[in-house]
Amino acid sequence: MKPEVKAVDIDRNKGDFHYKVDYAKDAGRGLSEKTIHFISDVKEDPDWVREFRLRGLKTFLEKPLPTHWASKDLETIDFDKIRYYLAQGAGAKRSWEEVPEDIKRTFERLGIPEQERKFLAGVEAQFDSEAVYSNIKKAVGEQGVIFVGSTEGLKNHPEIFRKWFGKVIPIGDNKFSALNAAVFSGGSFIYVPPGVKVKHPLQAYFRINAESFGQFERTLIIADEGSEVTYMEGCTAPKFETATLHSAVVELVALKGAKIQYITVQNWSSNVFNLVTKRGLAHEEAEIKWIDCNIGSRLTMKYPGVVLKGRKARGEVLSIALANNGQHQDTGAKMIHAADETTSNIISKSISVGTGRATYRGLVHVPKHLKNCKNNTECDALLINATSRTDTYPAITVRGTGNAVQHEASVSQVSSEQIFYMQQRGLTEAQAMSLSVNGFVNDLVRQFPMEYSVELKRLIELEMEGSVG
Amino acid sequence: MNELQVDNLHVAIGDQQIVRGLGLTVPRGEVHAIMGPNGSGKSTLAKVMAGHPDYQVTKGKITMDGEDVLGMEADQRARKGLFLAFQYPSEIPGVTIANFLRAALQARLPEGEELEATEYYAKLYEKMELLGMDRSFTSRAVNEGFSGGEKKRTEILQLAMLEPKYAVLDETDSGLDIDALKVVARGVNTMRGPGLGVLLITHYQRLLNYIVPDHVHVMVAGRIVRSGGKELALELEERGYDWARESAGEMAVTR
Ligand SMILES: Nc1ncnc2c1ncn2[C@@H]1O[C@H](COP(=O)(O)OP(=O)(O)O)[C@@H](O)[C@H]1O
Ligand SMILES: [Mg+2]
Repeated sequence: MKPEVKAVDIDRNKGDFHYKVDYAKDAGRGLSEKTIHFISDVKEDPDWVREFRLRGLKTFLEKPLPTHWASKDLETIDFDKIRYYLAQGAGAKRSWEEVPEDIKRTFERLGIPEQERKFLAGVEAQFDSEAVYSNIKKAVGEQGVIFVGSTEGLKNHPEIFRKWFGKVIPIGDNKFSALNAAVFSGGSFIYVPPGVKVKHPLQAYFRINAESFGQFERTLIIADEGSEVTYMEGCTAPKFETATLHSAVVELVALKGAKIQYITVQNWSSNVFNLVTKRGLAHEEAEIKWIDCNIGSRLTMKYPGVVLKGRKARGEVLSIALANNGQHQDTGAKMIHAADETTSNIISKSISVGTGRATYRGLVHVPKHLKNCKNNTECDALLINATSRTDTYPAITVRGTGNAVQHEASVSQVSSEQIFYMQQRGLTEAQAMSLSVNGFVNDLVRQFPMEYSVELKRLIELEMEGSVG
Repeated sequence: MNELQVDNLHVAIGDQQIVRGLGLTVPRGEVHAIMGPNGSGKSTLAKVMAGHPDYQVTKGKITMDGEDVLGMEADQRARKGLFLAFQYPSEIPGVTIANFLRAALQARLPEGEELEATEYYAKLYEKMELLGMDRSFTSRAVNEGFSGGEKKRTEILQLAMLEPKYAVLDETDSGLDIDALKVVARGVNTMRGPGLGVLLITHYQRLLNYIVPDHVHVMVAGRIVRSGGKELALELEERGYDWARESAGEMAVTR
């Protein structure tokens, strides 16, 4: 079937460019024990990490692709052709001046150093497998906040790192978390000491530059008792002919009364398989909030979750997914209630354009013995064209009495009469559609930090512009 | 040639002919009324003028200040100065009136130019006051959950903000009580002037007591069967549409 709507012209996206870079460290194509040892050698891993990786590899090879419930498109990933580790080997610099020129140019084009000066407490910039820049504002560092790459974290802070690493998301959680365990590189390690409230966001920026590459960052954030932190991540990749794989694992730990807000804006090009596992562990009276926006990619599978482990813990997932022509956004949320008086909130909005497909998968689990737990789930889908598609798979298991769940779902379609009405006021078809989409996500975006909602609106506009023929 | 001109227009939906040879000229500075019974094709005419994609123009032409309109997309016609107040305005969920009008005005600016926010809001509040609309309306989603009367006022607010060269008002009076009707009429009358041509589509003579037209046309079965001054509206009110229909029959015979 020929799509009615022209494919998105990714060239308009600011992420679609790449520079030729010489990689001093290259694990080659394909995945075997040799690959693991190459990575462990280059990174000078401690033995326990090397073993962790080998267990990851074994589990990855044993586990089948989850195609019994997920997209068959996963079968098109050729794991033997992927490059699992690529780095220049210069290490992460503390100042942009020291970052190699070609890589610095990339991040300047993406506007990262400028954002850092304006409103961030710290930045980590990852280029393919390794961080090339990592810096935290002096005042924040002086409060005892640690913000480094995962390699540095596991080497320099093993007493905190090892305690939580792989505990929220075990190796065998799913095939792709196992893959990440095997070849992880990059990502952030953050520790916020008790009572410290980090005012401005810490930001990580993940950039894929090489073709046929797999990026496997691993992030671990620990907010100690009563502390607060906001972390933002952004991602882009150029559009290549071959598939690119992005398979991250993100673990959050909010200790008693701590608050973590984790914000993602993914703007992947349409050849990226984005298969990410994200989960947080919320202790007593702690709060974990995922704000997750998925734009682009060929297939995204991502279901951020919170395990509500302590009494009165709160978990929240606010997500927006935009599935353009040929794309499948398979996203959702998981809320595992494991203590009394825990509350969770899920608001998911998806937009399907052209032949795009959005799937919502939710899991809310409240076991029988718990009391006074609450969940609210809202998932709304907007279809732009007749060829657009959406599916919803909510799985809510709530047992016991005194627990309350509320679930609402809606599907709406932008009608040709609405578009005509807006065009009659002088808006082009693309402007009319992007205004409809912005209207659809508006009440949710209002809850996002300001800088972020502006960026998101701009991205939506770019996507809609490209999708109208 | 500052006029909106419709010449021998034929419009079909599928194989049903709805407009059959309609001609009309509205110069800027004048107000023309079209009156006609339900189903005579008034809204079809309005939507075709505005560029609705569902209708096929099988014959005839429409020009605006001498420029061919039928070849233009709806949004281009709008930016060139054609405005349609809809009989049944669409709801745009989540998009506030303030943001919607702002986007519409922004779309009229040359590339790279930003709409000046302070001026914009000053103008918006001024027009809302004229139309007796509460300021809180600016943050409500366009037409969402609006009463019939509120929708019609919102149409006129947009007309006032966008300042077109030609405005087609499709039954803006229907569903309005007398007070609301007066407010809407005041809005339109304030905008009357040498820069604006108005085509007022209505079913009832009542509106024409408040917006007094320069010319009145009677439309039956897809064409104009009678044209005259404002007194034609009264005559029509007295004699009813059957009288006009008969005239249409006569015309059909004499063709
Ligand atoms: N979108 C449409 N599809 C099918 N028939 C239509 C459509 N729009 C109008 N018509 C028909 O065209 C005729 C004229 O309708 P309309 O232009 O709305 O008349 P008026 O506004 O004068 O009441 C009616 O018979 C109506 O049923
Ligand atoms: Mg009508």
